[in-house]
Amino acid sequence: MSAVLKNLINQPYKHGFVTEIESDIAPKGLNEDTIRLISTKKNEPEWLLEFRLKAYQQWLKMTEPTWPNVKYPKIDFQAISYYAAPKQKPKLKSMDEVDPELLRTFEKLGVPMHERAVLAGVAVDVIFDSVSVATTYKHKLAEVGIIFGSFSEAVQEHPELVKKYLGTVVPVGDNYYAALNSAVFTDGSFCFIPKGVKCPMDLSTYFRINTQESGQFERTLIIAEEGASVSYLEGCTAPKFDTNQLHAAVVELIALDNADIKYSTVQNWYAGDENGIGGIYNFVTKRGLAKGINSRISWTQVETGSAITWKYPSCVLQGENSVGEFYSVAVTNNYQQADTGTKMVHIGKNTRSTIVSKGISAGHSNNSYRGLVRIAPTATGAHNYSQCDSMLIGNQCSASTFPYIQVLNNGAKVEHEASTSKIGEEQLFYFAQRGINNEEAVSMIINGFCKDVFQQLPMEFAVEATQLLGFKLEGSVG
Amino acid sequence: MIYQDSETLLEVCGLRANVNNIEILKGIDLVVRSGEVHAIMGTNGSGKSTLAKVLAGHVAYEITSGTVFFKGKNLLNLAPEDRAREGVFLGFQYPIEIPGVANNQFLRLIYNTMRIQHGKDELDPLEFDDFVREKMRLLEINPDFLDRSVNEGFSGGEKKRNEILQMALLSPKLAILDETDSGLDIDALRVVAQGINQLTNRDNATILVTHYQRLLNHIVPDYVHVMDSGRIIRTGDKELALELEAHGYDWIGTEHRAILGT
Repeated sequence: MSAVLKNLINQPYKHGFVTEIESDIAPKGLNEDTIRLISTKKNEPEWLLEFRLKAYQQWLKMTEPTWPNVKYPKIDFQAISYYAAPKQKPKLKSMDEVDPELLRTFEKLGVPMHERAVLAGVAVDVIFDSVSVATTYKHKLAEVGIIFGSFSEAVQEHPELVKKYLGTVVPVGDNYYAALNSAVFTDGSFCFIPKGVKCPMDLSTYFRINTQESGQFERTLIIAEEGASVSYLEGCTAPKFDTNQLHAAVVELIALDNADIKYSTVQNWYAGDENGIGGIYNFVTKRGLAKGINSRISWTQVETGSAITWKYPSCVLQGENSVGEFYSVAVTNNYQQADTGTKMVHIGKNTRSTIVSKGISAGHSNNSYRGLVRIAPTATGAHNYSQCDSMLIGNQCSASTFPYIQVLNNGAKVEHEASTSKIGEEQLFYFAQRGINNEEAVSMIINGFCKDVFQQLPMEFAVEATQLLGFKLEGSVG
Repeated sequence: MIYQDSETLLEVCGLRANVNNIEILKGIDLVVRSGEVHAIMGTNGSGKSTLAKVLAGHVAYEITSGTVFFKGKNLLNLAPEDRAREGVFLGFQYPIEIPGVANNQFLRLIYNTMRIQHGKDELDPLEFDDFVREKMRLLEINPDFLDRSVNEGFSGGEKKRNEILQMALLSPKLAILDETDSGLDIDALRVVAQGINQLTNRDNATILVTHYQRLLNHIVPDYVHVMDSGRIIRTGDKELALELEAHGYDWIGTEHRAILGT
């Protein structure tokens, strides 16, 4: 590959800085005492401690999954600190009270909070190293009965809701990392949209991993009652470190009759340097239950960061006529590895699902799509459409597609399409011959390739995603 | 058309070029003045498409000796995009498909890039739409071209028309059209040739790279060059193309080798 293309692919991570905020860190290691410590620190009810301990017991009996198409050294789970909270003044009533250092961090990220929150009309629930430090628009949302805030708060203020739904979509023993998360999660977001309420604004959370070697175990629970709808945005960046950081989040979505949940993610965690040193391990379990009739769960993700991504946002389509969607762009560069995709499990009659996956690999990276479409015997009239496209930039990267299709009902229809293309010298020469430099050319090719996914994102997010891919592959590819 | 006092646009002198260490161009001399139409003919593998790509700056070719001046500037020192901005246009034999990128978005980008180059303001999407539709009307191009992805799913003829449309937008000083006639049926050939004729004028020049005489029935060249094994072995006027059509490339190749005594 030409030197030009190489330069374009190798732009350093721009968000690599450490914010100096004092952290309250638990000793390294995992045992029942650690879990009791977390639970006590967070003043949790007894049932939640039991939930954690049950998960821990399950986790002890499980082994790490080895089926993903990724390679990494064995993780020493006893070398991780499972709790880190920034030392803060007790409770914050407004953004003005937020640690200025923290606000500066957001500015460095190019995400001015005020602008996002006020101009864009987005309520931002800021997660900073596991503990929420500020919540905006909460009262406005409360007026229409929406509960949106940190998971910890929800445990204190709405324990009955948390108890009713927690673990109902992703059970404690679902998989290795979900079990670990269930045992040690520290905070996350909670969102409840009551019956008949259309959430008046997009809800947004910015995650950021800050303390070196502190695992992040976020827990998110979103419930849309009958006829409710919500669009939820999750965006992430992390500072640059040499040691790998484990992130094992669990996200559960529940949509009752005629409810609609749209969950969008733009992920730009530190991916390691150009030699593959450092970077986040992102082992996440995200699953939505379309429980009621005519309900809809839609996942849109733009994955650009992390050294390793292991993530399959899924839909369980239980309600009759329910709909599941998965729109994904996954970009890997340098030595990044991604094994990502989705599961669509059709249980109810006339359930429909759509999968559009766009994988872009550059450098020495490895990008795999893995998807399961399962049509249960009960899912008469079910319909799935899957499209998986891969784009290669340069000669040293790879892309794989692993579609698993299980159809147990003859009255179902499943379609799968896949393609692989390549940005090479001929494309770049065509643009150059029209006066367009390589950076602009790559940006245009990539955005064209990702269009079907980007147009699913909320407007501001779409712009952000376009820019992110721009500099990711710009420095990356263009 | 040959004009007495026209400026020299392109001056190629002793140009040699390799690809993968194999010499393809073995000493090309060529002078093109404004107003002129040159045809470069030859068999497959004679080096004519390579010459087109080398002039446009394709990175796969290594220049081993010789010089190329364009409007007095050393073309070989310029990156491909800078050559384009200076007014060198290559009409591709196989235009690239760009899925997901609307043709009008692409056309507007290349047109505005050229306007900025000339110190003009960019056209906004509405202004551009009026402008491009007028060009398309003149070139008999279906308006649905604008909404389709660049070249994606285009027939051979549609791709070539899209090349000519880009040429019309960019108004190059020197248009090098590589096998623009290949893959076209008679009607498409007529339309494309008409488009090229509309765009040629006293201030620009055209190099038609072609295998066949038939394009030259529609676009009359001032000079015809015959290439063989990386050299221009004969230059004449439009009659040379007719002779070639009648006798075939073998005839001229044999004659050439006889002259060289090989």
